[in-house]
Amino acid sequence: MKLSKLLFIFCSLLCITSVVQAAEVNVAVAANFTAPMKQIAAEFEKETGHKVVLAFGASGKFYAQIKNGAPFQLLLSADDEKPIQLVKDGLAVADSRFTYAIGTLVLWSAKPGFVDAKGEVLSKGHFNKIAIANPKLAPYGTAAIELLTKKGLLAAITTKFVQGENISQTFQFVSTGNAELGFVALSQVMKDGAITSGSAWIVPDSMHSPIRQDAVLLATGKDNIAAKSLLEYLKSVKAKKIIRSYGYES
Amino acid sequence: MFLDTSDIQAIWLTIRLASIVTAILLVVGTPVAWWLARSRSRWKGPISATVALPLVLPPSVLGFYLLLAMGPNGPLGHLTSALGIGALPFTFWGLVLASVFYSLPFMVQPLQNAFESIGDRPMEVAATLGASPLDTFFTVALPMALPGYLTASILTFAHTVGEFGVVLMIGGNIPGATRVASVQIYDHVEALEYAQAHRMAAVMLIFSFIVLLALYAWRPNARNLLRRG
Repeated sequence: MKLSKLLFIFCSLLCITSVVQAAEVNVAVAANFTAPMKQIAAEFEKETGHKVVLAFGASGKFYAQIKNGAPFQLLLSADDEKPIQLVKDGLAVADSRFTYAIGTLVLWSAKPGFVDAKGEVLSKGHFNKIAIANPKLAPYGTAAIELLTKKGLLAAITTKFVQGENISQTFQFVSTGNAELGFVALSQVMKDGAITSGSAWIVPDSMHSPIRQDAVLLATGKDNIAAKSLLEYLKSVKAKKIIRSYGYES
Repeated sequence: MFLDTSDIQAIWLTIRLASIVTAILLVVGTPVAWWLARSRSRWKGPISATVALPLVLPPSVLGFYLLLAMGPNGPLGHLTSALGIGALPFTFWGLVLASVFYSLPFMVQPLQNAFESIGDRPMEVAATLGASPLDTFFTVALPMALPGYLTASILTFAHTVGEFGVVLMIGGNIPGATRVASVQIYDHVEALEYAQAHRMAAVMLIFSFIVLLALYAWRPNARNLLRRG
């Protein structure tokens, strides 16, 4: 009896001390950044001993949740609008906002040889459906619309649009072959610096405004050591290398 | 204006979808429910379970499999392209087909209960009087099961209106074709257009409440109809 009691006290003390040494941070992460963030978080945990809890989802939903008291200390948004808005709302720390990754737009088909190296398949129009992310919600969708407008193809192609709610769903439409091609994120079709399957045209970034993905420290995390050091870690050479390997610029 | 034109378009589309799905399920659900109510076959268990699957499965699972099945490489996709209909995802009729699967238990289960509660006796009497099975169904079973039909139709209609996950997976958010009310509200919320989201959500809330209120006022024990499965 006594021994188990002692053991219990000992364990409790152990728990308390470990909490004091290593903090925990809850991060809301845009779905398109899932893979690189998992890797970065693992490295960060190994190096610092802090604990990172990741939640993946749509930035708009995270915004609504944060406004209503969600327990996140850090937001890695899929755009720069939501972090800016959160700062305006007084829910985020103004000078903490920075661009952690710049997305690359790619026209992609699951079929090999379907998309040519210059994206001329667009003007030929020999495809059933073209998937884009909802331009109202997703920066990749906005960029695709900008590109098509610039090329003068928007009016001709609009009737073939199918819209994903986010870039993951858009990718799903194309990868299942339901849309023959679509505008997705390079990070979705690239691994270790090469296109993994199908055919793709990497859209030159001069054709649309940059797809900025901003991170911001939330007001709830302004005294959280782990949140602050993770934010710094995202700017490190090591993190940037991981981010680039997934097809983002940083 | 309380709602803008795209909101109204989404609401009309939703009503059209729900009406067509209810009509189709009345035709398809009746023989299934009849068979389940009267059969003693060993297939009764597996068929009941299949019908009830959409009650349990997350809509994302159903939507994902439908997307694969109806796609150009799926069995349904092969069938529709062989028939010259083309691919079903991202079309209104694709949504109709998906909703028929998704709302199936809401039609079949109340009907099955209604048929079961009639019992064998009235059928036997009708048969003794020389009525053919089809005749018996239309002149005896159908009128007796009418309350069940009303319950089943209301539930099917309301459930189709409330559908979201499946539509999201196979719809493609095309105005006038697949952008239904629930998706429109989701878009408003995601785009931080909370005022518009509130207005449309209020319309949906009031609609759903009135439908259920009507159902319970008319059949206080309607809840029990959904209990078994």
